[in-house]
Parts: sequence; C-alpha cells; structure tokens
Amino acid sequence: MTYLTLAATQGAFKTVTVSERTAQAFADGSWILALVYILAAVGALGALVTVVGLVLIYAERKIAAHFQCRLGPMRVGWHGILQTVADAIKLLLKEDVIPERADKAMHLLAPFLSMMATVMILGVLPYSPILQIVDLNIGVLYVTAISGFGVMGILLGGWSSNNKWSMVGAMRAGAQIISYEISATLALLVVVLFSGSMSLAEIVQSQDAGWWVWRAHGVGLVAFIIFVIAVTAEINRTPFDIPEGESELAAGFHTEYSGLRFSFFFLAEFINMFVVSAMAITLFLGGWMPFHIGTGGAFNGAMDLIPPVLWFFGKTSAVVFLIMWFRWTFPRLRVDQLMYLEWKVLLPIGFVNLFAAAVVVLYNLYPFPIIVP
Amino acid sequence: MTVRIRTLDELLTPPAAGSSELSTQEYFVNMGPQHPIAHGSLRLVIRLDGETVKEVIPVPGFVHRGIEKMCEKITPRQVIHLTDRLDYFSAIMNNWGVAKLVEKAAGIETNGRIETIRTIMAELQRIQSHMLWWGVLGMDLGAFTAFLYAFRDREIISELFEETIGARLTMNYVRPGGVMFDIFPDFPAKVRKLLGYLGPIMDEYDTLLSGNVILQERLRNIGVLDPKRAVALGCTGPVLRGSGVPMDLRKTAPYGRYGDVEFNVAIGTMGDCWDRYYVRMEEIRQSLRIIEQLVDGIPEGPVNVIKASARITIPEGTYYDQIETARGILGIMLVSDGKSPNPYRIHFRSPNFNNMWAVTAIAPGWRIADIISIQSSLDLVIPEIDR
Repeated sequence: MTYLTLAATQGAFKTVTVSERTAQAFADGSWILALVYILAAVGALGALVTVVGLVLIYAERKIAAHFQCRLGPMRVGWHGILQTVADAIKLLLKEDVIPERADKAMHLLAPFLSMMATVMILGVLPYSPILQIVDLNIGVLYVTAISGFGVMGILLGGWSSNNKWSMVGAMRAGAQIISYEISATLALLVVVLFSGSMSLAEIVQSQDAGWWVWRAHGVGLVAFIIFVIAVTAEINRTPFDIPEGESELAAGFHTEYSGLRFSFFFLAEFINMFVVSAMAITLFLGGWMPFHIGTGGAFNGAMDLIPPVLWFFGKTSAVVFLIMWFRWTFPRLRVDQLMYLEWKVLLPIGFVNLFAAAVVVLYNLYPFPIIVP
Repeated sequence: MTVRIRTLDELLTPPAAGSSELSTQEYFVNMGPQHPIAHGSLRLVIRLDGETVKEVIPVPGFVHRGIEKMCEKITPRQVIHLTDRLDYFSAIMNNWGVAKLVEKAAGIETNGRIETIRTIMAELQRIQSHMLWWGVLGMDLGAFTAFLYAFRDREIISELFEETIGARLTMNYVRPGGVMFDIFPDFPAKVRKLLGYLGPIMDEYDTLLSGNVILQERLRNIGVLDPKRAVALGCTGPVLRGSGVPMDLRKTAPYGRYGDVEFNVAIGTMGDCWDRYYVRMEEIRQSLRIIEQLVDGIPEGPVNVIKASARITIPEGTYYDQIETARGILGIMLVSDGKSPNPYRIHFRSPNFNNMWAVTAIAPGWRIADIISIQSSLDLVIPEIDR
C-alpha cells in the first residue's frame, strides 16, 4: 500500500482501471480472476448507488435542519441515522399508483431511464488511481452525453403522466437541462483544452502541478463557477428547481409517481448531485490528488498520507455541501429569468472564457508546464 | 364602460382554434383547492397560453361554515369566539372589531388599561401575522429556510399569548367592555425583552431574504396594482398601502391608544409585489415602535367595566364599525331588533375577500410562477373569504 500513499510525493501516479485489470486477466487466461473483477465492479457500483443515496439524503436532511435552527431526524437510530433506511422501506411498501389515462409503458420506463443515466456515469469516474471501472479516452464526452440522456426520463415521466402540471414541469425541465448543458460543456472544454485530453484519468493526472481552478490564470476559476452554476441547474436543484417547483407545480414532473418509482426519481436526483460534484472536482479541483502548497515540505508530506480515495470523497462532499447550501438559502428563479441567465449571461461569458483559454493554451501564456501524457 | 359578464362554464370552453396566426392552444389548470399555493382551500382556475397567464378566476367557498348565520343565534358576546375563526392570524383584532361595535352600540365606556392592553395585544398579533406571512412567502418562492426562521421567532409571541390568554391561535380575548384576562405581572418585562430581540431579527430577515437578488427579481415590477384599481376593487390594508394609498384606520380614524402613540404608515410607490412586501416589513417595525411606547405605562384599573354575565342590550338599529386587521379593514355590520339579545343580522366585510379579486386584475400577462408571487404578496387567509 505504500504505492498509494507515498507515491504522491513523486508526482507520478500510475492509473490502473478495473477494466484494464480485467483485460489483463483475460490476456493471461485467468477467466476466474476476470469474472471476479467484473462482479466486483458491478457490486461496487450497486453499493455506491445505495450508500451515496442513503448518505446524501441523510446529510441533506441534517444540513437543512441545522441551517434552519432545528435538529432534523432524531428518532430512528442514533441521531436519526436510520431514518433514510426507514423511509426507503416505507417507499418500497407503498402502492405503485399508475394514473388510468397515463401512457403506461412510458410511465413505467421513465424512472429507470432517469436512474440509468446517473448510474452509467458512476462507472467512468476516477475515485482513486486504482479505483476506476473504465477509463474512456472520450470520458468527458461520454459524461456529457449520458447526463443529457437523463432528461429523457424526466420528459417521458412528465409527459406520460397525462397531468397538466407534470407536463409543464417536464417541458420546463427539458428546456432547462438542454440549455444549461451548453454552459456546462463550455466550461468543461476549458479543462479539456488545458489538459489536452478527454480521458478523466488523464485530466486528473494533468493537475499534478496544480489544480486547474487556479493554475489556469483565472480562466479556470471562471469556468469552475460557470460549471457549478450550470450543473446545479442541470440537476434541478434550488435556485433552479423550476421543473419541480413545489409551490407552483405541486411536484412537477413526478407528481403522479408514487412508491418505488418515485424513489427512483428521488434517488436519481441525489446520485446526480454526487455525480456532478465528482465531475466538478475531477475537472477543476484535482480529483483524487492531495492538496499541495509548493513542492516538498512537511505539509505536503502530511497531505500525501491521506489516501486518494478519501481526497476524492472529501472534495466531492465539499461541493455537495455547497449545492445543498444553495438550496437552503436561495429562493427559486422564474422560468424566463432562468433562460435569461443561461442564454444572455452564462453563455456569452462561457464563450469568451473558452476563447481566452484557447489563447492562453495556444501561446503558452502560463508559467506552469503542462504534462501531456 | 360595459362589462360583459361571463359564467365559469363559458370561460372554460376552449376557444376556437386558429383565431390568430400565431396562436397556440390555450389550456386550463386548476390551482387548488388542493395545491401547495392554496394556503387553505382556494381554487384558482387559470387560463394559460404556455407559461403565460391569460386569465385567473378565483372560486372561493370551500370552507364556508355559515359564520354570519350562526351569529344570528347567539349573543354578541358569543360572536367573539366565532370571529377568531375568520382570519385566525388576526384573531384579537377581529375580537376587538366586534367588541368595539358592541360597545359603541350599547354605549359601554372602557378605561385606559383595557385600551392599552388591547392595543399592545393587537400589535403583537399584527407582528405575528406578518411574520407568518413573511415565512410563507419565502417558502412559496422556494426559500424554505425563511419559513422556519419566521416560525422560530413567531413562537416567542405565541408563548406570550399562551401565558396571558391560554390560547395560541383562537384567542377569544377581547370582549365587549374589557378583556378576558388581565396581563400577568411581568408581562411588560417580557414584552420589552421581546422587543429587544425582534429589532435585530428584522435586520436578519432583510439579510436572509429581502436583500436576495433572486427575491428582488421575483417581486420587483411584478403584479403592479395601480392605486385607482386598488380602490375600485375595495382592497385594503397592506395591499392598498402598497399601491401608494395612505389609508390606515389606525391613523385616519384612531381607536384604542393609536391616537396617543407616534408611528408612521408605510406606503409603497409602485404597487408591485415588492411594495406590498416591504410595506409589511415596515409595518412590523412600526408595530414594534407602538408597543415600545405603550408597554412602559400601562394604566392601572379594572380590565372589565361590565360583568361577564351582564346582559348587553343593543337598541334597535343598524350599526357599523370597522377595524384595521393585519390584512386590511374588517367591517362589521350589526342589525338589532331591540328585543332579542341576539343580533338580527351580522355581516362581515372581510379584507381578504376584496384583496383576493386583485389577483384577477393583476395576474393576466404574467407567468405561472408570478401567480405565486402575487398570491403570496396579497397574503390571503381563505377561511375569512368563505366565512
């Protein structure tokens, strides 16, 4: 295990993904080992979805409670720690109501589409140098494409419910998510420009000498802020929770869902929050890289002692906390104000920022060397 | 000007397709009676073109309990407890309205102590009511935290009421010729402590919600109600004052101790949701000022000038009196036949009923989300509309 902890000081992590190990095992003719790797990956993904869901829902409730001068769940388990489990069981046992005039097939399919889109991204995230299921050479493109796919579930769910409020919510969601995808992609392209790669593992490696958020001369900071705003909108969180807009649309696109299917939408929202936070830190905050000041020294050495996987989850939690903080502080925007913010504010800034990033990269205007893998 | 009266059925008939080249299909939605925005049970039938509101038709009446009819079978003293159920956030002010009318009709003179206690209690309730409104407005606009902050601070006033009156919502406190219970000995000290707490809290509210750029975007220039329209619709209270009409019974026709204290009436300049919002915020501050001036010198004396069991006879005639509740002017008309102790007829002119119709005047042309802002800024209490 010395590799994991101490090699950080050398500035040379070697990435080994699970898919590479599996391929290696296949090449070595060890079918059983390959099968073990595949099963481990599938099991780990399932466990991650469950654990992240449970932890985030509990965290959201507790954080909200403490923002609002109250205690939150306290009864089920120590400090209400089993509350989410109890709620999950309640949702499982509830009747699954399908409205009579709903488009049944679509109505049943929608929550799974929504859920699938988020789970599929979990497979490409680099949790640590050795904890990544598959590292696609077009990882960034894959994430953008799949997260765009998630809107299908919301659109289908709202439309097939045959409820006017759901329909309005679904159409809002469609317009909103597609719009903000553009800004998120523009911000993401800045990092692709700097790191010279679209593979998520390589993007993390390229931040060896400093995280893109500050190493990229302000361009990275602007891109980071745009990215956080855009992804908050993309996952329908306050102040951009217009598709759900509790006070205006009852519950928006998932008004007609109950029981397990509702919990799928609900879980997808929380997993999505984890996914976008993980993407934000992978692109801008060095992924699993430890926090360093300068080179060498006791502080950096101490930082290196913390395993990368903890760095990853720690940083992700920080961004998740930020997004939750937004929710419990801000009121909700109106639809046209939301569109104004995207098309007239974020999009022009994003384009200018991308252009500036291109100039910086093209003329090599920054003092830090780029590691081109 | 001629008004073509259309029935609800007629309005709900879909318009002929292709009436204009660019027209899209209009549709109706029911906002309420079971809807998160309908605080109570108010049904709003909304004609929509995409997200744009074309027409709003309020359909009240879901919590009609026949309060006015019930009042005909009971004595004026018993009417008091029914007025708690009108606008339950201004219960003391409603009580006071009836008490004031009966005192005027039956010629009962009250003393300084009674009037001071009534004024302090009414102002405390006004603060409490506006705090609840503030929290609910925050929640309607998506800022859930505001709701709990408001409830946290509202609780202190509620406890004060509980200690004095024994009730937290349906007060049944002010009665003809006095108040139900005397204040407890350290009431002034507790109120002073409360004032010291609520002053800085108002700044916290401004920091949390009023100054927020999103809230400003959601309220400024939205749902403009011009003064002429507001007067024509019979709006009163903060809704009317938000439109810039300086009409406050506490100033124009002082009752209680309002004539003796110094306070300002907040009025808006534009009549948009923000003006209605800030008028209420300012009213809380002014109410604090009023209480501050009164709490230190509560005169001595009995808290009831007539016996609780004394029969109140109202001479034959029609009487009207009005009072400024947290939501506007509550007018009470009482007809007495001079023989029966029960009123022959009572009618309540409730502020919310008139304020509600403002939504029909100001909502068209705005978005669905603006209906929320407008509804919240009108601060409707539905049971008072339906009575």
